[in-house]
Amino acid sequence: MPTHLDNEQSIVAAAQAGDPAAFVRLLDQYSRHIYRLGLSITGNHQDAEDVLQEASLKAYRGLADFQGNSRFYTWLVRIAVNVALGKLRQRALWKESSLDEPREGKDGCFIPLEIESWGQDPEKACLNNELQQILAEVIQKLDPKSRTIFTLRDVEKFSLEETATLLGLSIPVIKTRLSRSRLKLREELTKYFGKDARNAMPTTRR
Amino acid sequence: MRCRQLVDKISEYIDGELDPELVRELEHHLEHCEDCRIVVDTTRKTVEIFCNAEPAALPGNVHELLSQTFTQMFRKGEPGLNKQ
Repeated sequence: MPTHLDNEQSIVAAAQAGDPAAFVRLLDQYSRHIYRLGLSITGNHQDAEDVLQEASLKAYRGLADFQGNSRFYTWLVRIAVNVALGKLRQRALWKESSLDEPREGKDGCFIPLEIESWGQDPEKACLNNELQQILAEVIQKLDPKSRTIFTLRDVEKFSLEETATLLGLSIPVIKTRLSRSRLKLREELTKYFGKDARNAMPTTRR
Repeated sequence: MRCRQLVDKISEYIDGELDPELVRELEHHLEHCEDCRIVVDTTRKTVEIFCNAEPAALPGNVHELLSQTFTQMFRKGEPGLNKQ
């Protein structure tokens, strides 16, 4: 979740009072985050661009409805998530329920396959843009519902309750999906950051 | 606690949401199981990496399109804000 602007309340108030520059400041602060959210959920850049555009327009037109009970960013994310879920529903992807590779034992547990400690700290092992690219790639290994849950909870830091409410899902469903998503992403990242990593870095070398 | 049961609890464990009794069992298992220590450690790092990652800059055309959209709207004076 991004840090909020200094004097954000007064900037929002100025935007609500009709100051376009104030709204642009808010957008400049949060547009990269909204784009990333859209990209994580929808899985493609065109839809992510649409999510950003449509959510920004809806926010602008609905500014009068923002009561200030939450952070402006939280309000904006709610709008963006609804737009992004609309895209998934159009593509009939939201109901897709199974994880890509359900690997379960007889007792229903996920079985880790990649058991290898990570060498260097990944944040030091590669350049920032390389890391961003890797994270954007591996999150797409999750099915749409799981990556939406993971993005809201672990990237945007919404609470379990908020995530459940935003998506209209129960907390147990959120917890189960989150757990498996984390384990699956751990495996995918181990391919990059494990001591004997087999994957080359996507752009330059590691 | 067995390895498979531990894997099922990792997520709640790293979120600090696990019942204290289960935490004791889990940590006792970790003392003796290197594989599970690795899985717990790398799962925790996975969450931290995503949590800490800054989003990339907007693709150039996206920023431009967004700016154009709003510039046009502001020129037209499209309402939508609180009109006092």
